[in-house]
Amino acid sequence: MNNDIVVKDIKQVTVRFSGDSGDGMQLSGTLFSTLSAIFGNEIATYPDYPAEIRAPQGSLQGVSGFQVRIGSKDIYNSGDKTDVLVAMNPAALKVNVSNLRKDSIVIYDTDSFQKKDLEKALFQTDAPFAELNLTSVQPIPVAITTMTKNALEGLDLDNKQVLRSKNMFALGIVCWLFNRPLEIADQLLEEKFAKKPLLVQANIKALAAGYNYGSNTHLTATTYRIESIEHSKGFYTDVSGNLATVYGLIAAAEKAGLKLFLGSYPITPATDILHELSKRKDFEVKALQMEDEIAGITSAIGASFAGCLAATSTSGPGMSLKSEAIGLAVMTELPLVIIDVQRSGPSTGMPTKSEQTDLNQALYGRNGESPVVVIAATSPTDCFDSAFWASKLAIEHMTPAILLTDGYIANGSSAWKIPNMEDYPDIKPHYVQEYYKGDPTVWRPYFRDEETKVRYWAVPGTPRYMHRVGGLEKDSQTGIISTTPENHQLMVNYRKEKIEKIADFIPTQEVIGDQDADTLIVGWGGTYGHLLETMIRIQANGKKIAFTHFRFISPLPKNTEEILSKFDKIIVAEQNNGQFASYLKSKIDRCLPIYRLNRVEGQPFMVETLVDEFIKIMEK
Amino acid sequence: METELKYQKYTAKDYKSENAVRWCPGCGDHAILSCLYKAMTELNIEPHQTAVISGIGCSSRLTYYMNTYGIHGIHGRALAIATGVKVANPKLSVWVATGDGDSLAIGGNHFIHAIRRNVDINVLLFNNKIYGLTKGQYSPTSDRGFVSKSSPFGTVEDPFIPVELCFGARGNFFGRAIDVDLKNTTDLMVAAARHKGTSIVEILQNCVIFNNGIHNKISDKTFRSEKTILLKHGEKMIFGANNDKGIVAEGWNLKAVTIGQDGYTLDDILVHNATTVDSTLHLKLAMMGYENDLPVALGVIRSVDAPTFEAEIEKQIAEVQQKKPKQTFTDFLLHSSNVWEVK
Repeated sequence: MNNDIVVKDIKQVTVRFSGDSGDGMQLSGTLFSTLSAIFGNEIATYPDYPAEIRAPQGSLQGVSGFQVRIGSKDIYNSGDKTDVLVAMNPAALKVNVSNLRKDSIVIYDTDSFQKKDLEKALFQTDAPFAELNLTSVQPIPVAITTMTKNALEGLDLDNKQVLRSKNMFALGIVCWLFNRPLEIADQLLEEKFAKKPLLVQANIKALAAGYNYGSNTHLTATTYRIESIEHSKGFYTDVSGNLATVYGLIAAAEKAGLKLFLGSYPITPATDILHELSKRKDFEVKALQMEDEIAGITSAIGASFAGCLAATSTSGPGMSLKSEAIGLAVMTELPLVIIDVQRSGPSTGMPTKSEQTDLNQALYGRNGESPVVVIAATSPTDCFDSAFWASKLAIEHMTPAILLTDGYIANGSSAWKIPNMEDYPDIKPHYVQEYYKGDPTVWRPYFRDEETKVRYWAVPGTPRYMHRVGGLEKDSQTGIISTTPENHQLMVNYRKEKIEKIADFIPTQEVIGDQDADTLIVGWGGTYGHLLETMIRIQANGKKIAFTHFRFISPLPKNTEEILSKFDKIIVAEQNNGQFASYLKSKIDRCLPIYRLNRVEGQPFMVETLVDEFIKIMEK
Repeated sequence: METELKYQKYTAKDYKSENAVRWCPGCGDHAILSCLYKAMTELNIEPHQTAVISGIGCSSRLTYYMNTYGIHGIHGRALAIATGVKVANPKLSVWVATGDGDSLAIGGNHFIHAIRRNVDINVLLFNNKIYGLTKGQYSPTSDRGFVSKSSPFGTVEDPFIPVELCFGARGNFFGRAIDVDLKNTTDLMVAAARHKGTSIVEILQNCVIFNNGIHNKISDKTFRSEKTILLKHGEKMIFGANNDKGIVAEGWNLKAVTIGQDGYTLDDILVHNATTVDSTLHLKLAMMGYENDLPVALGVIRSVDAPTFEAEIEKQIAEVQQKKPKQTFTDFLLHSSNVWEVK
């Protein structure tokens, strides 16, 4: 051990806390990211956890990880590989081998690297590092369990409770390594366990013990400082994508002067939306946990009919169950926000892993000609804006709007500047009594605004506008059931045109990077951060490249064709087998020079790999 | 929003929409619709404060014939849609028109869960023991051995008895009527509407095309008074053309007796109490005629007060808001935990 600790300035670092799913790694990671954000760093997180609540202890399937990337600035994603791994057991080391940088630091708990622990993780020898061929990493053995026990001696806690604080000891070491002040962490712990003072005490003690251990023993020769840089003034908080989605709905309801209703059913990774909205009775939110996915959406359709901003939240398999009801919302032309937090499919697939494979389902997964609005959030914080937009378009254009997020951005978090809602546009419900100029006695439910083709919203309780809507085709004028060929064609056209017209009400698409480049990167949804960093790295290699990332999918922004026609090569990168690329081709009536980069692994993109593969395509 | 404060007395025509009624001539649905107009007139509910929700099937077309707000939904989901409507606006009078296929097959899950939650909606369950709109397949209420297009050799499955599902889901209101018995059907609808909570009104309805006469065993006027008994809360359980028969308890079972015969007097006849929380006797009564030769019970069989779903939600909101007054969204965020300022 060295006597002098060198403090080295670095721009960014990726840390992964990894252990058994009961080891509290998610909490260590969340605290580390939050305190770093408060400290003034940019953050991006990636919780990577198993579908099993408690897989066998110490087993490879049971490993739960939380990756945090922090930096002075330009942190667009949670990072490819880890610089620092905290491994609470041998399984955690083993499953993360491919995620480690050559020279990474591995802090591991020697107390849980005993023979039996190694066996549980299917090691053949008692030299795990050698066995995994980890010759260049810097292993830092720490008796985390023993020292946590020592630190908490004298507190009125049983052995199990003591062991639960191991995660704080580990966090303490990491805080020392990156010169994080413990005061912020202490404060966060006090908030987190406000009702359990003994736990606060235990966690703070274990945290300090870890920090002091690092400091006193000079655990590494170098510690690191990540400069905090000036962000724009204001108040900040950190949000996950799911929480930002919830906030976006609440903000939209407030803007529109509507009460918010959620009809939902628990499903990974969307359930947090139900949890968070259930808490918001202070905003008069009515969040119903219904008996199934279908009841989730149909109750929301009922609530929408009755005048609420109504939403339903789900993930892929639940989305499949909702298909018929989405069709009903298309046919009744009622506002409805449908949130699909995409996960790996098909069928149950990999519930906790992320993908972009539900695009086709969102666009086409219904019977009949059934156009809807589709919006895809691009980052955890963008879930706020996207949910706001989805609500606005649904309400003002009387249509279901599907909001696609994904497991990666839904669970990942970053710091978010609390918005000034005055900067957001108004949301004006298309109320019949405000917008319909004719006589109520001649009004019928499928009368439309001539320009936008939007029908009027007559909410039950309003005298003189009683009417019936339903899944059967209606006459455009009388509102009565109709099977007339001309009328059906007309109504099909109206429903299509109504969605197409929305292009006039959304922002145009922007291209960033080198406008004169030959190659354009195209992405959509939750991969924004990875693709942006890829572009920046390619530019750093001295190559020209441009990038455009889609949030509005249906309808596409008006200038989409114009943008795409400027480039010789268009690389559409997405986490599916090319759904957006095919969609673009179907929407643009010219031959586009599209190259596809598709990964369907249930894992976020790796920027390093993308850089290599893009350059290969560029040099073709 | 506009409000009309002046009191208005509505008549049946105020509830009739301009849509032409398209059920088959002779269909029991015509009678049910006419009873509903009458019931609403008696209740004098405002058409604009009323929502009629339905699923799919012949019964579900009823929505289009009402000059109220209404959704003709998708198959089986009427009760889930109605739950959303009622929770969104508890002031509305919410009705559901549904059938044995709609609510007991494809929508069975929503049926039991709406009852369990006790949402204040009035469910008119048209039970004709057949799929009519798809032209004659057996339904979940068809008797074992029933021959239909999809069971040419007879069904090999037992039917649901709707009341058992209702009570199994801890239902608080159950009543039964026959389509041809207009007075009782109307009265039952009125009672259902006045009950706060999920009210299940089973209407034994005749499908004149695909299952004609299915309820004739009890509905035929020549012997209806012998084969059915109209239960009235607080009154003796008496039936028969001459009102000389009654229901008595014998051990755990019910028995039909003739007053003045075999030593039975009027004093022995049970008095109907629809409001007991214990549903044991209500089930016994509702199952009369299904597993024995007793007369089929009609009228309000069970009507018990219990907290309603939408009122409890409003109550929670009020309680939370009392502790934590509503603030703007931005204020809420600024006062939440994990907020820091960059100066």
